[in-house]
Amino acid sequence: MTILANILIIFFIVVGLVFIVVTAIGLFRLPDLYTRTHAASKSATLGVMCILIGVFLHFWLIEDHFNPAILLGVLFLFITGPVGGHIMSRSSYIAGVKPWSGTVRDDLKPEIERMKKEQGIK
Amino acid sequence: MTYFIWGSIVIVTLSLIALFYRLVKGPHPSDRVVALDAIGVALICLVGLFSILVETSFYLEIILLLAILSFIGTIAFSKFIEKGDIITRDNSR
Repeated sequence: MTILANILIIFFIVVGLVFIVVTAIGLFRLPDLYTRTHAASKSATLGVMCILIGVFLHFWLIEDHFNPAILLGVLFLFITGPVGGHIMSRSSYIAGVKPWSGTVRDDLKPEIERMKKEQGIK
Repeated sequence: MTYFIWGSIVIVTLSLIALFYRLVKGPHPSDRVVALDAIGVALICLVGLFSILVETSFYLEIILLLAILSFIGTIAFSKFIEKGDIITRDNSR
């Protein structure tokens, strides 16, 4: 039973570590603020969720201590991680950070111009 | 199991060094804020792995605290970068 629990815990922690390393490589290598935000928000959230589920299973199965604070932390990170990345990228677009020169498509630009025109009329 | 947890802690610390590189170098302040958010996430992982290593659950309250502080910091910095002001009184947007 302990070996089975250890296999489950090691599986979750290894998946989380892979995603954390992918986050670090993405923040290190990608050329642009928006691609870096994309790397940091999604894969970091998934990695920390997997590692915290591994910690929760360790305390539940090995040490018989059911700790709901970890599940609450997983839920909070699942809600707030992508929201933080999105609001950061939107505010830096409004502040005028240029996208990378290889960007194919920019969907936010006509929306921002329309909003500026409405506010100028009002 | 102990060697596995030590190896995981070393890997998370190495990725934390890459995030610190982005925090120091980042050309725009937004890059630094994104790196700070990712550093908070990596610190949460480190706290969880460390509490497995020392076999106590007293450190697990730090996880919620770090998550909340990191989120509030990201929101405050994004408001500051967007408008140059954190608390505004107009209702235009």
